[in-house]
Amino acid sequence: MTNIAVDAPGTAELLMGNEAIARGALESGIGFASAYPGTPSTEIIGTLAEVGKDLNVYVEWSANEKVALESAAAASFAGVRALAAMKQVGVNVAADFLMNLNLCGVNGGLVLVACDDPGALASQTEQDTRLFAKWADLPLLEPATFQEAKDMTRWAFDLSEGVKSICILRGMTRISHGKGIVKLGELPKEHRKARFDTSLPVFLPMPVLSKHQVLHEKMANVREVFEASPFNSYNGPQRPDLLILTGGSCWLYCMEAVKLLGVEESVGVLKLGTIWPLPERLVLEHLNKAKRVLIIEHIEPFLEGEVKVLASEMASGTGPFTFYGKRSGHVSPLGEVNIHVVLDSLSSILGVQSPDVEKGYRHKAQEIAQQNAPPRDLTFCPGCPHRATFWSIKNALKLDGRDGFVAGDIGCYALGMGPAGYFQVKTLQSMGSGTGIASGFGNLSHLGFQQPVLTVCGDSTFFHAAMPALVNGVHNGSDFTMLILDNAATAMTGFQPHPGSGVGTAGDAAFAVDIEGICRSLGVRVEVGDPFNLHSTKEKLLELLEDEGKVRVFILRGKCAQVKAKESPASYRVRVDPLRCIGEDCGCARFCTRVFRCPAMIWDKKMGKAKIDEAICNGCGVCADICPRSAIVREVA
Amino acid sequence: MNRKVNRENVLLNLIITGVGGQGNVLLAQLVGRALVKAGYYVTIGETYGPAQRGGAVMSHIRISEDTELSPLIPDGGADVILGLEPIETLRVLGQYGNPQVATLTNTRPVYPIAVSAGEAEYPSLERIKELVHDLSRDAWFIDATDMALNLGAPILTNIIMAGSLLGTRLMPLEEDRFECLLRESFPSNKQDMNLQAFRKGFELTAKRKQT
Repeated sequence: MTNIAVDAPGTAELLMGNEAIARGALESGIGFASAYPGTPSTEIIGTLAEVGKDLNVYVEWSANEKVALESAAAASFAGVRALAAMKQVGVNVAADFLMNLNLCGVNGGLVLVACDDPGALASQTEQDTRLFAKWADLPLLEPATFQEAKDMTRWAFDLSEGVKSICILRGMTRISHGKGIVKLGELPKEHRKARFDTSLPVFLPMPVLSKHQVLHEKMANVREVFEASPFNSYNGPQRPDLLILTGGSCWLYCMEAVKLLGVEESVGVLKLGTIWPLPERLVLEHLNKAKRVLIIEHIEPFLEGEVKVLASEMASGTGPFTFYGKRSGHVSPLGEVNIHVVLDSLSSILGVQSPDVEKGYRHKAQEIAQQNAPPRDLTFCPGCPHRATFWSIKNALKLDGRDGFVAGDIGCYALGMGPAGYFQVKTLQSMGSGTGIASGFGNLSHLGFQQPVLTVCGDSTFFHAAMPALVNGVHNGSDFTMLILDNAATAMTGFQPHPGSGVGTAGDAAFAVDIEGICRSLGVRVEVGDPFNLHSTKEKLLELLEDEGKVRVFILRGKCAQVKAKESPASYRVRVDPLRCIGEDCGCARFCTRVFRCPAMIWDKKMGKAKIDEAICNGCGVCADICPRSAIVREVA
Repeated sequence: MNRKVNRENVLLNLIITGVGGQGNVLLAQLVGRALVKAGYYVTIGETYGPAQRGGAVMSHIRISEDTELSPLIPDGGADVILGLEPIETLRVLGQYGNPQVATLTNTRPVYPIAVSAGEAEYPSLERIKELVHDLSRDAWFIDATDMALNLGAPILTNIIMAGSLLGTRLMPLEEDRFECLLRESFPSNKQDMNLQAFRKGFELTAKRKQT
């Protein structure tokens, strides 16, 4: 969207939060950046990838988050500033390494950007990265504005390098994906040389106790730095009746709510940008100004707990405080903080009325919207190979008749749990876990388990975390069929390349790792098919379901419809023959639109027949095979 | 929202809504950048997660003369709603509408999957117009997709709508500033097409009062 490499210090640009983070990293002089894509963090590396070559920054889409962090750490060990980015659940994958790296320390500044997603707008969990920072004894910063997203990232590298510890920056959906004005700083003119200094103390967590001691000392130093950080600020009267204590991206909502209620004279807002370790003196100083404190933060009551610990330690000197927050029920412990969360808690604490739209209008508008705007359920795109695959899975499992099911995985095909995938997916957790789950189900026969087990996983997910689970299943003699839905893209997050795609981070040619070759090397039965061919896919599935007692792999290769539409014309022209479609008289009860549910299939009410929306049909031609009267015609385009 | 209540920092709250793939995010970005060039504080909040798979998309564009605003417009707080799809205007009115709101709506429906599957009804355009009028102070309906098809590219729908938005004079933005930005934002072989689309949309509302 915006060229984040523009060398124009002082100019104000409208930047996406993720672009601001990328810019901050560039201004700090990074030489290395790596990530695995994940909403809402993806655009950090996405934008760096566009400018990396010109600025001599190595940028990598890694196979998974753990490798991303390890690679970035290596750059840091070699004295280079490095950034690793991931979504909140990605930190779980990287955690095993992170929990050692804290003890080892770093050399060049190393920043881990972890983007939290309160409300799980595009995630499978509401997970709070701050708990990792506390767990691992690592400094954590959280920007409140788009400007801070840039400035804090830049500063995080100085901090990391100064204390020789990896620093975590907690991103947030509304900042990462929002846009705001950012005043640009200077880009460095020179780059550091990378060299691993073998005379440095070794990068080991051992001896653990003394390294643990060093880690505590580092955090004590960081705390002192945080006490005076300009990223913490107070707005409000000298002695407020109520203090709002907030961190990062909740701050703007708090400021706006205070203004909207007109309580600026009595309510003060303390914003913390340096979240962990808590700048205790600063917090205590403000707690003492007001004996009543409302804590507003995204997801877990993290600050709430820490501030209460602090207050109880100091209770003999300060006397008691009254706290309002998630534990007192004044703030919802679920979902995203927005201005209404702040308004509602302030209203109930202060006994003031929030301004609102006239009730009559609001009720009418809500009712009209509810009755006339049907929801937009997510579905596979027109021409998506996954729709065809799940159609075949459904039919094969039905014909097989032994109550078989699918263990799902993370990717577009997770929609297989709903109507888009005919409700075939019955378990769904983390990246690669479908294969691990299948491996377990497939070793229950000694207890009478007889259901066939299928698992699905995408090409990017295969490399990310499914490979070890597949190896596990093969080695331990499990009984399941793994379907690798190879659509040649990391589609869910925006078509990033992956180890098998033959394309590098900057769109250049890269070595393509062969999924089929890997599977064959494991000595298992491997079949390759075309998901758009419903008949042969179903037959092959039935055959595989019967080939029991071992792991079988079925690779279904069909390009992502979004990618294909950009690269090449549609394979088919598809239309409904109005003479052959007899509509409601057919007895199929609108099988095509009701059951197959491709968005390009429309039921024309006036005609009482099915119709193809040519504007959105991607021409996969699959629907021609599902019509019981062969009324859908596909012609080679 | 009561316009009298402490809104002095907020000059205008605009919501651009539509369905994934309609160019919602690009339109918000263009309007936002034009406003920044005009010297305003702009914050944009996006809701698009997995929108490419048929979901609704919404951008909150918040404009101030002196303050950085939070990325989300409060419920009932929209001043202008631009809908690239008819029922998305209705949906947004339900949460962000108020008696003072002005709306611009592209008339071409994109049917939710529940509608094409026969499980839900899509209201007639006449009915939608009636309801939107009922909930808006001013309402414009633009056949932007049809006009874009006439210009040879349905992708121009959002640029036509940008023209119509500026033609209403609801935004603190001059059309030449936006045209300038279009020239900067598109490669030379696409500029004419986009400028033409913008002017078509602009003339439609600049000449004619709401329909």
